[in-house]
Amino acid sequence: MREGWRRLLWPRLARALVSPPLTDAPPVPPEELVQALVARLEAAAQARLGRSLAIRQVDAGSCNGCELEMSAMQNVVYDLERFGLRFVASPRHADVLLVTGPLTRNMREALLRTAECTPEPRWVVAAGDCAVDGGIFKGSYAVEGGIEAALPVDLLIPGCPPTPAQLLEGMLALLEAQGGR
Amino acid sequence: MSEALLRLVRHGQEQGCRPHQRYLLDRGQWAALAAAIGEDEGVALLGLWADPAQVHAALLAEETIFTASCAVPEGRYAALSPVRPGAVRFERMIRDLWGHVAEGGLDQRPWLDHGRWPLTGPLSARPAPHSMLPPQPVFLPVEGEGIHQIPVGPVHAGVIEPGHFRFHVQGEAVVRLEARLGYVHKGHIGLMLGKPAQVAARLAARLSGDSTVAHGWAFAQAVEAALGLEPPPRALALRALMAELERLHNHLNDWGAICNDAGFAWLHARAGALREAVLRAAATAFGHRLMMDRVVPGGVTDDLMPAGSAAIGAALDAVEAELPRLGAVYGSHASLADRLVGTGVIAPSLVRLFAAGGVVGRASGRGFDVRHRPGYPPYVPSEPGMLEAGDVDARTRLRMTEMEGAIRLARGLIEALPPGELTLPLPQRGGEGLGMVEGFRGDCLHWVALDEAGLVRAVFPRDPSWLLWPLLEAAIEGNILADFPLINKSINASYSGVDL
Ligand code: SF4
Repeated sequence: MREGWRRLLWPRLARALVSPPLTDAPPVPPEELVQALVARLEAAAQARLGRSLAIRQVDAGSCNGCELEMSAMQNVVYDLERFGLRFVASPRHADVLLVTGPLTRNMREALLRTAECTPEPRWVVAAGDCAVDGGIFKGSYAVEGGIEAALPVDLLIPGCPPTPAQLLEGMLALLEAQGGR
Repeated sequence: MSEALLRLVRHGQEQGCRPHQRYLLDRGQWAALAAAIGEDEGVALLGLWADPAQVHAALLAEETIFTASCAVPEGRYAALSPVRPGAVRFERMIRDLWGHVAEGGLDQRPWLDHGRWPLTGPLSARPAPHSMLPPQPVFLPVEGEGIHQIPVGPVHAGVIEPGHFRFHVQGEAVVRLEARLGYVHKGHIGLMLGKPAQVAARLAARLSGDSTVAHGWAFAQAVEAALGLEPPPRALALRALMAELERLHNHLNDWGAICNDAGFAWLHARAGALREAVLRAAATAFGHRLMMDRVVPGGVTDDLMPAGSAAIGAALDAVEAELPRLGAVYGSHASLADRLVGTGVIAPSLVRLFAAGGVVGRASGRGFDVRHRPGYPPYVPSEPGMLEAGDVDARTRLRMTEMEGAIRLARGLIEALPPGELTLPLPQRGGEGLGMVEGFRGDCLHWVALDEAGLVRAVFPRDPSWLLWPLLEAAIEGNILADFPLINKSINASYSGVDL
């Protein structure tokens, strides 16, 4: 058992120390988006600190496609933690609520309760076509038709699902907006 | 045994469902069918659903797949849950959506309907307005000394779908777990009704995003069967290529996530990098990382893009080169074995009783894989890989084996892509069909009835997770609470897929 461990893992870990990282170059968020968010911040007179964001993801009825791409943001290729972005387990630790899905009626209360637990100032991001306006599920008896039906939304990231690069770009725009560039 | 059952069913009226017949039984015959299923362990209940006038049960007896239906004039039908406990959630769902009551059913509590929709029985002939406050959910009681409850969810700690888990624990050990789902009920079926098949296909592709190709294909298969259409060989090969890439990226995801939950982040990181390579190759080849909406009734939308086969080939090479090394690291670490071996065991008898497919079924000795039995083109049937242990370790190892299989199949498909058309126009006529495709979780089953104008008259998309969720509750029993994430991940049932 120990032999195998030495044989296989150590050399690979050591090699990883000297080889270039697998991580992609960061995406650059569009200037207009950042400026729009800065304006939004100023309008809300919200003071924010530092260049890091804690993200709490809430699935409000997604098909799980959006979740797949959010999880991918955490892989070594996108490595969102290098930007000071990280997913947190509790809304009480979060600066951003990253919400997916058309907002099902069955998830409305859970989303509102999660938002209540998230301290101000906070950003609410609706990610994916469903979260933007209900997407393909618009008009169903079972959905509210987008996150805005329950919460004021600061940033919309359309896409079905948005790619990890698009999601990352949105998160970086939030960072830049509050970082005062 | 099954002979008698089949004879019984064939007394019903044939309804013209293709390629697997549907028989309309009268109430007496339906009751006799329920009794016959109870007598015959070999009969698998693949799904149970309804429309405003009938209930339908998809069954597998020996090698025969068929659907049995029964009219529900007074909104009542004889329950199947006393003979197949897997019917419980279907029966609760049928009551919530169509209002039909399963007489003698083991559990009459609501399932998808949390009392928050503006109407009750939304798919019934006459939905009733609903304005009462949502009721408190009721959980099954547990008695014993020192037992306490732990409620978890619907919002979980990670980036996963929502659902509520009610644990009853005694010290560290879980005495009972009960899942309460339905939080992501979007009204899938209601949205599909009355739509042209092409529009409904986009909804089928979003039943469970991680299985978008498999569900898209199973729905397309059902529509094509209903219309008597044979999609062109090139379309079938491209579908299979996408389906194998989907299997590969999901298995990589699950395999890495299981290792991560056992505290082995390095394997997770490597699996994540490989998965990303597969998704990027899919984007290069098909224009979408998850390959959504590429399968349509009649064929596929697009051909492989020019750089596609090289991109896929490179990604497959990368995964193939690294899998043996990852497997060796996995197999040589006592810390992993300690967490995974003997954890979350699912007995073969349970897997058979609940007709669980996919890795979960095959890791507990149920060798069902639709690609091989009944089989569908372009797959060449063979014997699916199987294990007997039924624990987290077996499910993890089997994923590794199936990744190797997916790579082999994908390679073969690219090398021998048949030339020709990509899609056929859909004739405008009615019909009824049943499609089954092996997704990474197991068999995706879609049933559809089209009216004369080619619009969806009735439909049911059955995700494999219907057959897996009940087993999670069985698998955790007697295990320690801390092993729940591991066991859950090793089964990885879809929430969206069953919440409809
Ligand atoms: S936007 Fe698309 S991928 Fe995201 S939840 Fe909606 S249907 Fe699924």
